[in-house]
Amino acid sequence: MAKTANKQMICEVLMEAAKTDKSIVALCSDSRGSGSFTAFADTYPEQFVETGIAEQNLVSIAAGLAKCGKKAYAVSPACFLSTRSYEQCKIDAAYSNTNVKLIGISGGVSYGALGMSHHSAQDIAAMSAIPNMRVYIPSDHLQTAELIKALLKDEKPAYIRVGRNAVDPIYEEGNVPFEMDKATVVTKGEDIAIIACGEMVKPAKDAAAILAEEGIAATVLDMYCVKPLDEKSVIEAAAHARAVLTVEEHAPFGGLGSMVAQVVGRECPRKVFNMSLPDAPVITGTSKEVFDTYGLNAEGIAAKARELLR
Amino acid sequence: MNLQALAYKLRQDTVDLIRAGKAGHIGGDMSVMDILVELYFRQMNISPENMDSPDRDLFVLSKGHSVEAYYSVLAEKGFFSKEQLHKEFSQYGSKFIGHPNNKLPGIEMNSGSLGHGLPVCVGMAKAGKMDGRNYRVYTVMGDGELAEGSVWEGAMAASHYKLDNLCAVVDRNRLQISGNTEDVMAHDDLHERFKSFGWHVIDVADGNDIDQLHEAFEEAKTVKGKPTMLIANTVKGKGSSIMENKANWHHKVPTDEEYAQIYVDLARTFEEARINGEREA
Repeated sequence: MAKTANKQMICEVLMEAAKTDKSIVALCSDSRGSGSFTAFADTYPEQFVETGIAEQNLVSIAAGLAKCGKKAYAVSPACFLSTRSYEQCKIDAAYSNTNVKLIGISGGVSYGALGMSHHSAQDIAAMSAIPNMRVYIPSDHLQTAELIKALLKDEKPAYIRVGRNAVDPIYEEGNVPFEMDKATVVTKGEDIAIIACGEMVKPAKDAAAILAEEGIAATVLDMYCVKPLDEKSVIEAAAHARAVLTVEEHAPFGGLGSMVAQVVGRECPRKVFNMSLPDAPVITGTSKEVFDTYGLNAEGIAAKARELLR
Repeated sequence: MNLQALAYKLRQDTVDLIRAGKAGHIGGDMSVMDILVELYFRQMNISPENMDSPDRDLFVLSKGHSVEAYYSVLAEKGFFSKEQLHKEFSQYGSKFIGHPNNKLPGIEMNSGSLGHGLPVCVGMAKAGKMDGRNYRVYTVMGDGELAEGSVWEGAMAASHYKLDNLCAVVDRNRLQISGNTEDVMAHDDLHERFKSFGWHVIDVADGNDIDQLHEAFEEAKTVKGKPTMLIANTVKGKGSSIMENKANWHHKVPTDEEYAQIYVDLARTFEEARINGEREA
């Protein structure tokens, strides 16, 4: 199947909706190219706002537009959107409860070789800590489409992180299991629960296939809804497993692993191991090279699973 | 009651509110009051009845710490009762917290952190342009607040988008918590700064004079193709000799003795404004 970047999918879904919904507004901070939003800007110039390289302004302006009835989609690199604009996200989007959807593009280490300034390895922790802010990290383009369609129906703020590059699809076109704020069960098995989000879902799924050949049954949860975390699915998966393995493209603290560990520790205590980026500037390289270095690939995840079950 | 007198009456309400809540940014409350009164009682199309109308004028108090003055104006305007306000302000579990909160009627956006009002108002004014609506958007900033970089991001965008439906006001009282604004972080020449950002700039020589403010806001409505900035030269602590131009009254609850003096001073200024108003009428 043809691969489509998640950011491209967001643009396509919004363009389709914008045909009939004139309240949809996309905002970019000199990021229409990198965000795959040039087509939107060209097709709906009257529904597009360019703020220039000013991410704080981007979020505040989006909030002002939203207060006046617009569905504001603020598209900007996740690294800048989540930390440089952090206070605007906290006050103008979350605290004032405006219908601002913060689209963090090129999230995690998508800008691999550009260095720590361009990596967003803190965004889950930062955004999740804000009351009234939701955090979504979809895995493939098909799930991304379902997520954006669902978000178009509500009027609350949310942060959505997507990667830069097209990734292999997890799901099948026309048959995408999706329920808002409910994790998707990718595979089912009772030896280990692997809970992942975003680009880590694919290697988690592939790791489950490797483990299956060895007679180890894994549940893989696609936890695209990091906040509100689907606790019920976490408990169901963990309670039947001997160990829990979380995998995320994020710093080791305050991300998916921390949240899952809180729930498992409280409801069904067993070993939880969090695979993540290190608490250090990551090694220079492409996303794949970075992931391979830290074991964030199918082989690495399978190896960690074996170790936990030993 | 004329609006200048109303501004002094609402200063009294504000001082009472600060005493009741045992907290408040009293100096800035006193300097901004005339601006708020002119906006809410003569400029803006806004009332408890039209808060759901997409055509209402919009206001954001960017200098959110002047919330006591703002609450007093909103109560006078009928958004909530003065009794409820004075009973609940700053109390445990209250919605009347120490900065504007849009869970309360009449308040559009939460503020408190400085440098947010102008960029948010840019979005509101931009929406008005997109939808072809005739509403106007107003915000009031403090002068110390202008050190926030986000103010200038907003200022840049407002002129780029040609938002002539946006009017911002600087409550230029020249004092901030640490002292004189020009010692802390100089802002002169503010007029030239905003002009260079593409704004129509109006200096209001006495920003505590309701008629001068009125004239400036009326001029702003005639400006086409660019936003307007009013630099309202005000006096911090305006209305009582013991507070005026004193930085240590930035945040303060008057003692019984101070309150007695403030009460006498505000009663006098109120009476003068009332008599002047009658004479002019």
